[in-house]
Amino acid sequence: MSSKTHITLTINDEPYRADVEPRMLAADFLRDELALTGTHIGCEHGVCGACTILLNGVSVRSCLLLAIQLDDAEVQTVEGLGSTREMHRIQTAFREYHALQCGFCTPGFLMTVQDILNTLPLRNDKEIRDALSGNICRCTGYDHIVKAVRSLVTERDKIANQ
Amino acid sequence: MKPAPFEYVRPDTLDAAVQALNHEDARIIAGGQSLVPMMNFRLVQPERLVDINRIEALTPIVQTDTGVRVGALTRHVEAEYHPLLREHFPIISEAMPYVAHLAIRNRGTIAGSLCHADPSAEWPLLAILLNGEIEILGGSGSRTVPAEEFFMAPLTTDIAETELVTGVFFPSPPASCGMAFDEVSWRAGDFAIVAAGALVYIEKNRFVNVRLVLGGVFDTPIRITALEEALVGQSANQDAIEAVLSLTTKDLEPNDDLHASAEYRLSLVHVLARRVLTCALERASS
Ligand SMILES: Cc1cc2nc3c(=O)[nH]c(=O)nc-3n(C[C@H](O)[C@H](O)[C@H](O)COP(=O)(O)OP(=O)(O)OC[C@H]3O[C@@H](n4cnc5c(N)ncnc54)[C@H](O)[C@@H]3O)c2cc1C
Ligand code: FES
Ligand code: FES
Repeated sequence: MSSKTHITLTINDEPYRADVEPRMLAADFLRDELALTGTHIGCEHGVCGACTILLNGVSVRSCLLLAIQLDDAEVQTVEGLGSTREMHRIQTAFREYHALQCGFCTPGFLMTVQDILNTLPLRNDKEIRDALSGNICRCTGYDHIVKAVRSLVTERDKIANQ
Repeated sequence: MKPAPFEYVRPDTLDAAVQALNHEDARIIAGGQSLVPMMNFRLVQPERLVDINRIEALTPIVQTDTGVRVGALTRHVEAEYHPLLREHFPIISEAMPYVAHLAIRNRGTIAGSLCHADPSAEWPLLAILLNGEIEILGGSGSRTVPAEEFFMAPLTTDIAETELVTGVFFPSPPASCGMAFDEVSWRAGDFAIVAAGALVYIEKNRFVNVRLVLGGVFDTPIRITALEEALVGQSANQDAIEAVLSLTTKDLEPNDDLHASAEYRLSLVHVLARRVLTCALERASS
């Protein structure tokens, strides 16, 4: 029953192949097998959002997904967003607005923000807070995260209206 | 917190899925948004997991002469934005934002939610309110069950382990129909403490047909037939609603648990029933 199955997938635009046990969670696969430890694990039952990744372009919980289900998929993790030298715009906005303290929740927030900037109008702070409600942060009190997202939305809409 | 070992099967067709389910302790995985948490906690330990995510026959949303058929694998987010559902059943896009959070709605499915049958979940309430018919396929063929008869108890439905839900059919409501949904939960994305949905048909300024369904109050969503019947034939206005509103809580014995006391639920029922009936009436009138 614990025999392994071969999967092929793309992570952050790089091809990967692996043999996985069916019961391995996608979050554990990324962290323990591929050493992509940017994806964090908080609750393992879908509540905290720390493990959020993009699966074929949309945000999902990697703790509620099996690695074997990633076969043929395109995955994006926080490692694909930017690096310390070359940060993604979402990351620089988080830095500018002090949107993190301990940083444990941050990878999940960054991936969520990437999805919601693409898919939701985010017309006001209430909508921003709603869209972020699936990610828990125990440090910041959320205000600074909301400010960072608001600045990203303003920037997005300015470009779109040009 | 990791799942116990299991065998994994990923059928591409309905036939293959039915065959794969014909096995000791096999379990379907759709979105996995209710099942995987239970597997992580080891509350369930299936021998075999049948992943239906690649069965294309389970995805389409199509219009028929009499309504709209929604494929079992329709994700909550797809249902929220689908043009056909927005046009004929706007209450679905009104209710979907209350289902969990975006990342969970991106993955969770209509059939998964119906089969999981959480007493507070939005889909079971909507399916009953909209008079949905649940299509089920098994080794001995297919059958259809009205949503009202599908839910038996918390997390228990009229479906055998060897069967799968293939879709839900929603009959078109008449044009002079208004619908509304609302709920109260502790935090955004939490399961509802109480949820309510109403459907109101009016003709010549009178109520012709009314449906009021509550979730989170009892083991399964419940229709408040006493109120529905009392409104039919009355003038379609707010006074008529006020006059019968007390019927909503009459004989109702809501759950009393750590999320909310029975007393608090009763007061929420009253508030939410008024809100959705009033709003559905306004929409029916405009
Ligand atoms: C943090 C969190 C918050 C949530 N909040 C809410 C909420 O507020 N409201 C709400 O409604 N839901 C909520 N959910 C649950 C979510 O909506 C799930 O998507 C849904 O309950 C199950 O759908 P699924 O496709 O993920 O099913 P799965 O988890 O894959 O399956 C659930 C059950 O249904 C069975 N099943 C699935 N598909 C079929 C089929 N086609 N035929 C037969 N059996 C099938 C499975 O075997 C399993 O027993 C929440 C989940 C999480 C993790
Ligand atoms: S670890 Fe996945 S949501 Fe908390
Ligand atoms: S920064 Fe510490 S949990 Fe969010």
